[in-house]
Amino acid sequence: MTLQDAKPGMALRVDHIEDSGLKERLMTMGLLPGTHIKVLRSAPLGDPIAIGLRSYSLAIRRRDAAVIQVTAV
Amino acid sequence: MSKSLSVALTGNPNTGKSTIFNELTGARQKIGNWPGVTVDKKVGYVHHNDKDIMIVDLPGTYSVNTRSPEEKIVIDYLMENHTDLVVDVVDSSNIERNLYLTLQLLEKGIPLILDLNMQDEAEKRGIKIDVKKLESFLGYPVLLTIARDGKSLKNMLNVFTSISMTGYGPSDQLKAHIARVQEIEAEVTDEKLRQEQLIELRYSFIDEIMKSAVKFSNVGTTVSEKIDRVLANGILAIPAFLAIMYAVFQITFEWIGQPVADALEEFISGTLTETAAEALVSLDVADWMQSLILDGIIGGVGAVIVFVPLIFILFFCLSFLDGTGYMARVAFIMDPVMRRVGLTGKGVMPLMMGFGCGVPSIMGARALDTEKDRMLSIMAAPFLTCGAKLPIMALFAAMFFPDNAANVVFAMYVVGVAMAIASTKILSHTTFKDENSTFLLELPPYRMPDMKTVLLETWDKGKGYLMKAGTIIFLGCVIIWFLGAFNSQGMVEDMGESFLASIGAAVGALFTLQGFGSWEAGAAVISGILAKESVVSTIGILYGLPDVSADAENAVETAQAMLGTGMGSAFTPLSAISFMIFSQLYTPCVTALGTIRKETGSMKWMLFAAGYMFVLAWVVSLVVYQLGGLLGFE
Repeated sequence: MTLQDAKPGMALRVDHIEDSGLKERLMTMGLLPGTHIKVLRSAPLGDPIAIGLRSYSLAIRRRDAAVIQVTAV
Repeated sequence: MSKSLSVALTGNPNTGKSTIFNELTGARQKIGNWPGVTVDKKVGYVHHNDKDIMIVDLPGTYSVNTRSPEEKIVIDYLMENHTDLVVDVVDSSNIERNLYLTLQLLEKGIPLILDLNMQDEAEKRGIKIDVKKLESFLGYPVLLTIARDGKSLKNMLNVFTSISMTGYGPSDQLKAHIARVQEIEAEVTDEKLRQEQLIELRYSFIDEIMKSAVKFSNVGTTVSEKIDRVLANGILAIPAFLAIMYAVFQITFEWIGQPVADALEEFISGTLTETAAEALVSLDVADWMQSLILDGIIGGVGAVIVFVPLIFILFFCLSFLDGTGYMARVAFIMDPVMRRVGLTGKGVMPLMMGFGCGVPSIMGARALDTEKDRMLSIMAAPFLTCGAKLPIMALFAAMFFPDNAANVVFAMYVVGVAMAIASTKILSHTTFKDENSTFLLELPPYRMPDMKTVLLETWDKGKGYLMKAGTIIFLGCVIIWFLGAFNSQGMVEDMGESFLASIGAAVGALFTLQGFGSWEAGAAVISGILAKESVVSTIGILYGLPDVSADAENAVETAQAMLGTGMGSAFTPLSAISFMIFSQLYTPCVTALGTIRKETGSMKWMLFAAGYMFVLAWVVSLVVYQLGGLLGFE
């Protein structure tokens, strides 16, 4: 699955980030293959979502999150 | 003579770097611009241990890949200007991601002092950093601070004045890391692939640091997380946001701002004007000069000064909320709404400022990610009801809709917001349709904001408005006064024969179909391009009530007085609505136009905004007046 379809409360591990204009920025912010993330919550209309990683929180739109392949842990 | 020392502060956003800068330098700072870009350059000074210390607060960035102007400024400054010390401010509670920038700077051979800030927060979150291990892992000195704690800042200054960086250099681990970086840079030719490999390498080095020098203990749910469960979660978040914004507007327009504005208004139109009048009479000053000073300058500039408290209080509230971390949540919860409009959640904060003054609102668009987001936000801001447009609405509503004044004023706010939305939709489907917008935003922990920082930010955002009163509005008042008091034969008794009447008549003719084709309305429209505050004061002067209050609270009294003048018969309720809508939407004031030119870096965009908004206002007010007439309204 990709992070786009994740639900609040899920604990996930990043497998792969697809090539996109955003890839380098996502990686700089610490989203790398192997990084553990937790889906903290979603905004009132379900999008964007807030994720916790490397002891900080990051908000991301679901559409932008579609390039992040994840598996549940 | 004391010796001088230069220090550069660098670090991620939300690390308390600016708080450190503000606490160290206080009011002794200069905010300018980095050459060629719209990024603030902040330089401050402090004297300590017999040394003059100059501190540069570099823009907060997550990396230095020169993708954004901010990143380029940071790396160029650190590579080219050899400041004596470079301090990398790190949020201890978020050290892992913060170290990414640290590592990038160290790879470039920049000797750093690593400042582990927000020690108190890290402790609360169960994060323990072994300073000695971190120092030996990197080979550079590590400092502990709590930004708001005077003692730790004094200690920081002591370190600045006593440290010698010559004793420090990369550790063996860091040397090995840098060697691998150089290998990748030499071997991998594909730029994208190379950057990705470098990022992975950096984070794997950070993982080693984390394992060796940082310990986590589980402290359960953090306070920020608990607050977010209410303020940024599910359906409750929206009413919470509306309630907080309602409180901000209450504080600004009812509880604090307006009473202060009223007192100021009373002082200017009462005591100050009387004292000045007496002084001028006793000095035997010529009549025209008295008129210039009393009617032109004190009346005009005074009308603007009255708004200063409102605007500063609004900006104080917004800066305070920003300092707590709440505005990042607003961006998060409002993004779905803003995105449907064509904007981004991050645009809420700059647009909120637009209800105070368009200038900082336009400048606030700097914080947005893409060119498209920035341009759309800049083009939307001028449609909002700024503090200077409010009195126009208040006066006309009170005069022509005495029973529904508040609703009519509110309706005008809605018209402004609706037009901002409609215009953004149009522009995002035409001019900017190819660009994609993204949204990636750190949600920092909630914090008690540093008061010095909040006050300095309030001042920074509001000072433009104060300057405006002293410069452009001062000049505008003199010009309007001159045009109203003279014609080609000299000074006139009846303003109807003045230059202003002739110019106003020519402009007014443009608005015959909108129902307000009089020369007085025409003159008011022109003065509104100088400053929207001038619309009401010009109308007051032209209809023969020179001390018309530009203060929304006194609108009812003013309205009753104005009804007795020619204004009562010059407008009908329908043409009043048409005039209000036009005023709400047309060409921004020259100060806002100048800001648009500066922020977009283009004269073309400024002229576009001026023309586009004029035409839009002309068309909308035409439609409203004509359609209203057809439906039988008067």
